[in-house]
Amino acid sequence: MPLMTIIDAVKNTIDQQMELNDNVVTFGEDVGFEGGVFRATKGLQQKYGKERSFDTPLAESAIIGSAVGMAVNGLIPIPEIQFSGFVFPAINQIITHVARYRNRTKGTYSLPMVIRMPYGGGIRALEHHSESIESLFAHIPGLKVVIPSTPYDTKGLLTAAIKDPDPVIFLEPKRIYRAFKQEVPTEEYIVPIGKAKVVQQGDTITVVAWGAMVREVENAIKLLENEKINVELIDLRTIQPYDKQTLINSVKKTGRFLVVHEAYKSYGPGAELIATINEQAFLYLEAPPTRLAGFDITIPLPKGEHHFIITPKRIANEIKKVSSF
Amino acid sequence: MLTKTYSPLKDKILEVLDYKGKVVNEKLVPKLDKEFLLNMYKTMMLGRVADTKALQYQRQGRILTYAPIKGQEAAQVGVIAALDKQDWMVPAFRELAGMLYKGAPLKQLFMYWYGNEEGNHFDKDLKILPISVPIASQLNHAAGLAYASKIKKKGEVVVAYVGDGGTSHGEFHEAVNFSAVFDLPVIIIIQNNQWAISTPRSSQTKAKTLAHKAIGYGIEGIQVDGNDPLAMYIATKEAKEKALRGEGPTLIEALTYRLGPHTTSDDPSIYRSDDEVAYWEERDPITRFRIYLIELGHWTLEEDKALIKEYKDYVNKIFKEVEETGLIDLDEVFKYNYETMSEDLQNQLNEYKEYIKEAK
Ligand SMILES: Cc1ncc(C[n+]2csc(CCOP(=O)(O)OP(=O)(O)O)c2C)c(N)n1
Ligand SMILES: [Mg+2]
Repeated sequence: MPLMTIIDAVKNTIDQQMELNDNVVTFGEDVGFEGGVFRATKGLQQKYGKERSFDTPLAESAIIGSAVGMAVNGLIPIPEIQFSGFVFPAINQIITHVARYRNRTKGTYSLPMVIRMPYGGGIRALEHHSESIESLFAHIPGLKVVIPSTPYDTKGLLTAAIKDPDPVIFLEPKRIYRAFKQEVPTEEYIVPIGKAKVVQQGDTITVVAWGAMVREVENAIKLLENEKINVELIDLRTIQPYDKQTLINSVKKTGRFLVVHEAYKSYGPGAELIATINEQAFLYLEAPPTRLAGFDITIPLPKGEHHFIITPKRIANEIKKVSSF
Repeated sequence: MLTKTYSPLKDKILEVLDYKGKVVNEKLVPKLDKEFLLNMYKTMMLGRVADTKALQYQRQGRILTYAPIKGQEAAQVGVIAALDKQDWMVPAFRELAGMLYKGAPLKQLFMYWYGNEEGNHFDKDLKILPISVPIASQLNHAAGLAYASKIKKKGEVVVAYVGDGGTSHGEFHEAVNFSAVFDLPVIIIIQNNQWAISTPRSSQTKAKTLAHKAIGYGIEGIQVDGNDPLAMYIATKEAKEKALRGEGPTLIEALTYRLGPHTTSDDPSIYRSDDEVAYWEERDPITRFRIYLIELGHWTLEEDKALIKEYKDYVNKIFKEVEETGLIDLDEVFKYNYETMSEDLQNQLNEYKEYIKEAK
């Protein structure tokens, strides 16, 4: 099996799906000739031609709005938004059309499409290049929101997303795009949307994360090696719909719950998860379910970003606190 | 009216100096004294030196990402030189030389690329809005500034910048249309540097020129040699006078070229040829302006050398000051999100401070 980074896995998957299905097309700013600023589509234009992999004019609303029409008319578009911070001009299309098309046509039309975008902080980038905005999408009925944390899952989840009859927002943790390699099968496989992964079993505390935060929690667990804390680490993998059962089962076992996310705290994904824990596992709780999340401030520019970033040390500290409550 | 003579429909480009620094059209040469011309030239040069240095600092790991302006100095300085103190400048993110001319301190301009919000606000009297990274979004702000200026009879004109790629954006359409409908005192400068990252101008629009777009909005447009500071100056000056008469916006397409990479994370050799770059290097705005000034007797090569040396030292000194600012304090990143921090936010800060104390 070849070793791949997350970005390799993205490219490998789009390539494979374009090969298997003539209807799959991919496009966006600098996506065609250059293969995207992160090279996620590198070589695809050369391989499949300019009709199926192309540069668009600089206009996010056109990128997503045209994807709606393409999907209605038989294509499976995989539009790329260069950075999640530039999706906002397309939010109108995403919320008013992409999310609602199936419902408002009583199922006559569905919009199979995958809107890909790199997201998240920790890369000391310019303004608008560091936000974690998963809950903006997860809040909207009709959208699925998927976030991989490993190369293997990237391929499986992206394949599932492309085959999904409904629109999927595919958020790629750019901080770990090239952070590590993993064996990734060359053949097609699926990691189902809506299923979490128990990364590590444990019975002291349940810790949930996704995207780049999964690795930060793993690093935190290493810091806790000498403590008597057995963390059950769950990689949520899909924010909407999310795997309630896996979370609830885990909390029933551990009685303690911590969610770690870089997205802003207020009305962030953690609030939703904790509400579910309270609703469905309340009597099993031995400590208040807790969020370790981004502060409710605009993510600072690089010289202040370290205040915002959630470090393994902070996660370890929080795990200890919740575990000893 | 230049916009009549050089109407986009006539396929003409406004030029005063050719790329060898020779005057092409004597009648168009603006009457500017030596001091004024030298101030323009020196600002372009400071922009160039700062730009070269910024790329160096980036390679040394002392700056994170930077968007170079090399080759676009005339399209910036020529415009701002035609403004008055009370006029507004609404930048995109590649206007370092223009911002310098408007009075922004180099230190602050560097602070932005250094990664500090300190680089995002200038002395209010300078009338420069913060850098705007989301493409074309700043143009509607320009419309609003101009609307306020108009109804309050402030006599301010607003110059707003956008790139060739930016003209594809919905916000471009909305802002130009809005400005046109209300006859707002707005001047939109399109820095057509031929590329939007790896996407060429030809992939952005079927319009023959970007100035053509003005016609559909019912306003005047003009294509100008953007590497000719004098042409940019006279085009802006005319647009400004028109705006002050209440005759609405003008769209100026500055034909120029990004000689450097899109940003320090970009490798332009992937998408463009050395020949193309060489063609534009010959048309360097600074070279032609220097020749012109020397011919006029306003400048010498010795003075030029001395100036470059002076600016190198100056830029190094300023960047040292930038580096001395180091990291941003914790309180700073919380402090400005609201005028008054909510109790909850204050608690988030306090808890974090407690954590830091314990973790030590
Ligand atoms: C809304 C939005 N989409 C995408 C980007 C990413 N991006 C930054 S610069 C750029 C190209 C801009 O090209 P152009 O308007 O020609 O300006 P130039 O960079 O050439 O100065 C892109 C796509 C962005 N900043 N904002
Ligand atoms: Mg451009």
